[in-house]
Amino acid sequence: MSTVAEPHVGRALRRKEDPRLITGRARYVDDISLPGTLWAAFVRSPEAHARIVSIDTSAANARPGVHAVFTGKDLTDLGGPLPMAWVPPGVEVKNPEHWPLAKDEVKHVGDPVAMVIGADRYEVVDAAECVAVEYESLPVITDPEAALEGGPFVHEELGTNKVHEWSLAGGDLDAGFAEADVVVERRVVNHRTAGAAIEPRGVLADYRAGQLTLWSSTQVPHFVRLFTAILLGMSEERVRVIAPEVGGGFGSKLQVYGEEILACWASRKTGHPIKWIETRSENMAVTHQGRDQISYVRMGAKRDGTVTAFHVKIIADFGAYNMLLTPLIPSLGAFVMGGCYKIPAVTTDIVGVFTNKCPTDAIRGAGRPEATHMIEVTLDQMAAELGMDPIEIRRKNFIPPEDFPAAVATGVVYDSGDYQKTLDRLLEHVDFPAFRREQEELRGKGVYRGIGLSTYTEICGLAPSRITGPGGVGVQAGGWESAMVRVHNTGAVTAYTGSSGHGQGHETAFAQIVADRLGVDPANVEVLHGDTGTGPEGRNTYGSRSLAVGGEALAKCATKIAEKAKAIVAYQLEAAPEDIEVRDGQFSVKGSPDKAMTLADIAGAAYLNLIPDGMEPGLEDTTFYDPENFVFPFGAHACIVDVDADTGKIKVERYVAVDDCGKAINPLLIDGQLHGGIVHALGQALYERIHYDEDGQLVTGTFVDYALPTAAELPSFELDRTETPSPVNSLGAKGIGEAGTIAASAAVTNAVIDALRPLGVTYVNMPLSPMRVWEAIAEAKGASPEGGVHA
Amino acid sequence: MSGPVPVRLNVNGEEHQLEVEPRLLLVHALRDNLELTGTHVGCDTSNCGACTVHLDGRAVKSCTVLAVQADGASVTTIEGLGSEGELHPLQEAFWNDHALQCGYCTPGMIMAAAGLLAENPNPTEEEVRHGLEGNLCRCTGYHNIVKAVLDAAKAKGATVGAPEVTA
Repeated sequence: MSTVAEPHVGRALRRKEDPRLITGRARYVDDISLPGTLWAAFVRSPEAHARIVSIDTSAANARPGVHAVFTGKDLTDLGGPLPMAWVPPGVEVKNPEHWPLAKDEVKHVGDPVAMVIGADRYEVVDAAECVAVEYESLPVITDPEAALEGGPFVHEELGTNKVHEWSLAGGDLDAGFAEADVVVERRVVNHRTAGAAIEPRGVLADYRAGQLTLWSSTQVPHFVRLFTAILLGMSEERVRVIAPEVGGGFGSKLQVYGEEILACWASRKTGHPIKWIETRSENMAVTHQGRDQISYVRMGAKRDGTVTAFHVKIIADFGAYNMLLTPLIPSLGAFVMGGCYKIPAVTTDIVGVFTNKCPTDAIRGAGRPEATHMIEVTLDQMAAELGMDPIEIRRKNFIPPEDFPAAVATGVVYDSGDYQKTLDRLLEHVDFPAFRREQEELRGKGVYRGIGLSTYTEICGLAPSRITGPGGVGVQAGGWESAMVRVHNTGAVTAYTGSSGHGQGHETAFAQIVADRLGVDPANVEVLHGDTGTGPEGRNTYGSRSLAVGGEALAKCATKIAEKAKAIVAYQLEAAPEDIEVRDGQFSVKGSPDKAMTLADIAGAAYLNLIPDGMEPGLEDTTFYDPENFVFPFGAHACIVDVDADTGKIKVERYVAVDDCGKAINPLLIDGQLHGGIVHALGQALYERIHYDEDGQLVTGTFVDYALPTAAELPSFELDRTETPSPVNSLGAKGIGEAGTIAASAAVTNAVIDALRPLGVTYVNMPLSPMRVWEAIAEAKGASPEGGVHA
Repeated sequence: MSGPVPVRLNVNGEEHQLEVEPRLLLVHALRDNLELTGTHVGCDTSNCGACTVHLDGRAVKSCTVLAVQADGASVTTIEGLGSEGELHPLQEAFWNDHALQCGYCTPGMIMAAAGLLAENPNPTEEEVRHGLEGNLCRCTGYHNIVKAVLDAAKAKGATVGAPEVTA
């Protein structure tokens, strides 16, 4: 067993998970085969809203290799519809039944109406095309603001499309606006996007002899296990859910999907393993989508730039159904609606609305990118209104470092922050005065270059149960995380986490954390996750929680092991337990480094029972950790763009980001998360848009029409970091999985507006497509965009 | 539908005789018939590039090739590029530079990069970015992928590229 002296936490170790991934040896769901497997394919609605008149399955049933065709009518033994897990105290949330196969009506394009089971992956698709479904078209509504006004109703029985109303208010809003010299109002559109993990979803369900195993490309195997057991009427210990290698999630796999339940149900029905692998076209139509908010924002400020009040009214388009956390998502942004500013009054009013579109739910950032976009873009609008520099208005309003932990108007307590420091560091990299000179020169040559800032904080590390749970915000789940650490006979370590990684690097970062506490090399710490059959009950991965909650659970668990190890060493070496320290890869007596035992020695003693009387043999432990507070990463981003005024095309010339996620565990992984996170937001701002036409037809149903950014559109990024430890956990760490996405859309939008100001453009909503930008320029010139030539 | 037809493929240096449906995609022949699951499928429109392999030394998207079209050809998949004990310079560079997260696009990305370096052993950053625009990644923002390809090119100079596969 090798031992290494220096701390592993803080080092940019390359990843332990990579060898299998770069050699093609990893196993994703579609790579797993079981004997006797049958394939599933779904018949999906081509209509956005229709009554199912009849379904004729006879031709499909007659196809070669077809074993069964199921429709909604067959689901009589299913325990209930798909789950929604948010019950906010005192708030009515309309929650119509959502069945895995539509029973009477379809509510959006892609809604499944039949499931075909057959022997061959190609033939089952042929058979699905032979299912004849007769639809009676019903009126369609896709505009959320129109849907709030009245019918047609997505769920006729509700007599409304309004799902719920929810508010979070702090401070005296009226007084804040009364105090303001200037009030800025904008309509901010945050359009609908796809998660677009490159691995589509997939399931393999195997029910045999009363035991069910489900492999699913999911972020949340523990949630899926619970609801599969409930809906199939099985005892929970008989259901095992495994998230094998998972090819990205971005929130889109934080869900309990109908296909997961149906595959298990059909496996029990047919006695065969059932496999279904989502096509990209299905993914675009039925895997939950994100954002889709229209907001009316009002910001009040004094002449000197002091912001006195911020009011946001969000109309959130939920699509056709509530899924697991659909109505909660906009609320997640409300807690940080004041951003990193000392604003005395902040109110967020949310109204949810059904439309005939795919449901929305958590997508990377989940409510917080929308919040940051509103604050940061509106703040720049205010600065322009006041004739102030965007840097100065931020400096004027930052919560000062001495205020932390800082109780803000929205009722939460920001754990730590030093916003001035990240902005100052950013300005070391980006010379603003020089940029302004260059900008002026370029404008003389007809080149429209702009710079945009986003100084953000966000709320993550979901979650303290006391705040988010049933007694707080109303999520019907605890926000803790579990850890189990097992030291084997030889001193090798297996660490189990209830979080469920899908690309983040859990196996490396968590090994670093455990290794330091046990005096071993991370190479000898195997981190296991994503299997309900191997570790303790877990709460999975989303909301940038894995490190701040799951990593801390592992740190605490490893510390418990270290305490026991110290007692064993003290017994063996006849020293006092408090005199034993972990040093240079050994447990040694303070002041006598030659009197020492390695973890291998200690494990040997623990399993040979050469331990103090009354101590249990063995060397393993379990920890459940529920954080006292969220963590609040923050940072300062700057984006520089060139806009082609003739075509509206935008090129990102430079992107510089200084982020602070507390103590860095592995800088390599932090940078990777930021790169991807920033591009996720640049993609939304510049290229990506889920678009439905007014008949509810999905226009962007493939990667041909839905423009994910490619390497060719993007620059390389310039990243820097400050470290302001979190007081919430012993690691001092904060989440970083979503921060880039939360920060970046505002930076690029502000940059585009900055570029276009000489052309008279003062505001523009995303998506900043060439068409949208060209129209904004044309409108500012006084030309009619409708009548003009569209470049 | 017509019946199965014979197809002869040399995959990663091994000869295979297959009987396949004429409509079978090369990617499914590799994955399902030959159990080489390192090649992935991420879309159904030839946009994502997760299925990229080398066909007679050229990078192609194997979801856009029928197995029967590859009859008589040599195919190299990620499994044939290098192994854990003997990594290809691109695999090594992807590992060193954290050029992957979930890993799903990675095999296709590495095969596309190998094809790129075979044609242009010393590309500029701009050339790498344009050379990889047929391969989508949602995790990395491409920053470290581009870095890895440039580093691999530097590490091996002009010799990086499509591996030699014995017929």
